[in-house]
Amino acid sequence: MAAITETDRPGAIRVRIALIGCNHVTAPVELRERIAFTPEQALAAADELRRQGILEEAVVLSTCNRSELYGVPGEASMAAPEAMQDFFLSFHGLSSRELDGRFYRWMGTDAVRHLFRVSAGLDSMLLGEAEILGQLKTTYNQALDHGATGPILNRMFQGALEVGKRVRAETEVGARPMSVALAGVKLAERVFGSLKGRSALCLGAGAVSDQVVEHLRSRGIGNLKIVNRTFDRAAELAGRAGGEVAPWEALESVLTAPDILVASVSAREPVLTRAMLERVLEARNGKPVFVVDLGVPRNVAPDAAGLYNLYLYNIDDLGEIVEQNKKAREAEIPRAESLIEEHVARFETWRMALEASSIVDDLRERFHSQREALLEEKLKDMPEVSPDERKRIAHITEELIERVLEQPGARSRQGGVMRGRLGALEALRHLFGLDEGKH
Amino acid sequence: MMLFLYVAAVGLYALSFLCYARILYAPQVALGRLASVLLCLGIIVQYLELLARAKAANSIPYDDLYGSMSLFAWLLGVTYLGLELFHRERSVGAFVTLGLVVWMVVLRFFATPALPNPELPRGSLFAFHVTLNTWSYAAFALSFILSVIYLIQDRMLRSRRMATPSWRFPALDVLDRMARSSVYIGLIALALGVAMGLDYAWHETGARVLYDPKVVVTAFILVAYVVYLRVSRISSWRGPRAALLCAFNFALVLFSYTFVNLYLTKFHHFY
Repeated sequence: MAAITETDRPGAIRVRIALIGCNHVTAPVELRERIAFTPEQALAAADELRRQGILEEAVVLSTCNRSELYGVPGEASMAAPEAMQDFFLSFHGLSSRELDGRFYRWMGTDAVRHLFRVSAGLDSMLLGEAEILGQLKTTYNQALDHGATGPILNRMFQGALEVGKRVRAETEVGARPMSVALAGVKLAERVFGSLKGRSALCLGAGAVSDQVVEHLRSRGIGNLKIVNRTFDRAAELAGRAGGEVAPWEALESVLTAPDILVASVSAREPVLTRAMLERVLEARNGKPVFVVDLGVPRNVAPDAAGLYNLYLYNIDDLGEIVEQNKKAREAEIPRAESLIEEHVARFETWRMALEASSIVDDLRERFHSQREALLEEKLKDMPEVSPDERKRIAHITEELIERVLEQPGARSRQGGVMRGRLGALEALRHLFGLDEGKH
Repeated sequence: MMLFLYVAAVGLYALSFLCYARILYAPQVALGRLASVLLCLGIIVQYLELLARAKAANSIPYDDLYGSMSLFAWLLGVTYLGLELFHRERSVGAFVTLGLVVWMVVLRFFATPALPNPELPRGSLFAFHVTLNTWSYAAFALSFILSVIYLIQDRMLRSRRMATPSWRFPALDVLDRMARSSVYIGLIALALGVAMGLDYAWHETGARVLYDPKVVVTAFILVAYVVYLRVSRISSWRGPRAALLCAFNFALVLFSYTFVNLYLTKFHHFY
């Protein structure tokens, strides 16, 4: 049990976990980019932390919004977080003044809770975002393969991955789209179902169009055409997204029958009139057309909204939906926190069971050494006791100790019973059942 | 035994509903599968109840109101499960199973579950006639549920207010396809059922039932659903208008099942 260290309190053995880090709340992006770890650097840092004896197990989590060191300190010293911070600074060649007040430090249960909140997306800039769970999984797997983790961090990170999945599966924290581009694509899915094999026409090749196209592509859109006033930009976007490109002059001819129309061009007047969209609907034999108007001023004539089987959303509509979704996600935070607490309690239960069983092992060892010393001392003055009888006495006293320790041994394996009782005299009384049967 | 099977079937439908409702809010593949399995078990248990009832009555198990309504619920479950497997879509399950539970419970309170006492044996042609017609009504009921969900979803999309379940509802396109599949099942079952009913009436009883109000209204129902299938492909009707027509058509089915049976026909009066 390399990860377990003894504290100064006799009999009490503690599993220690430490965390230091910076995130988007404590440090601006200029600073975060200076303290980021590449995957190779993260593994090298974990190696170095273990080599220097600062940590026995180490995982370095580094994303665009956070850089964090998780570890199991190798010594009882309370200075482990300071040593971790010093290492962090020296690794990136920074002075303590540059990161003064930027670090957060958590120990024990608080560190576990922090990791679980990170995996659940509650500590993310975009509440409930899904990417962090994938990043966490990759980071952990790399550390595991590299041999940087041990029983404590393995348990902790596996718990984090589990809680991250549960929060997303059982709450609405990550369910609803939180960006205008994604909201538009998700709404299109409410009309068409799977977008595989569907066709889309994108007017404009700006940043928002880029996002929409990316979401469409990731959903397997069948046919994607991009039309832009600047042909080269359209070609560039089409090249990245695997779509086709058409010149702006050919707009009328490519407006034949797309399922999804995304308009995001800079124009004073609407580029898609009601008459044009009527023709689209006619060409589609009345099948629904989904139109996302991301332009300001609007690219689609407002009177087109009343067309039968035309689903038109402008930037304000999508913004309002995103705002509704944000509120819905925030309303789910208590449920997510409750799941996190459930998993923190599970981890604590496991940790306590580990600690309690260590105490019982120590007690057993001490009792046996005292038993042997006592037998030697007493039997020395009893020459009339035969060797067979001495063996029997030794056997009986051994059995006596095992019987005495049977109950605490069993209880120590039930971590839930032990939770919050260790570290105090009551814990030992409970372990031995000293108060039972007295009243 | 029949009571036990009834309670077990309702219990399984209720458990299935809980699972379907849960995945509507928080999708989980395993829970979705469990919901389908529970529904399937409920259907099997209810079938055993119908079988036990048939054996005890020594007749078709639905020669009375309780029996035919129970068969209706069973066929609704069977049709839905078939559509769910075919379209790979579970988000309608919560509504269907809730309907099944309510239907079964209400049925127990309002229709006597005592065994029917058939006056004369009627043969397998009659049994098929009743079964197929009931199946068509169940399929039309399902198309009604799907059309109503379509209209709600469409309204939400147009109002730009998306409540939590609406992000989990099936897409409009899927609802449309499921409703049409259901109507196809209903139409085929109804056409076959009517043909068998006419044949039975002609050969077994010698009665001329072609102008019986029940037959006339059923012909209207057939035409109404054929019109629905036709207009759901026409550009000016496709979508919400077709869904509205499908929902309205079910009013004809209800009219046939209640008012016509109660007051207008001599051949389908089993209340």
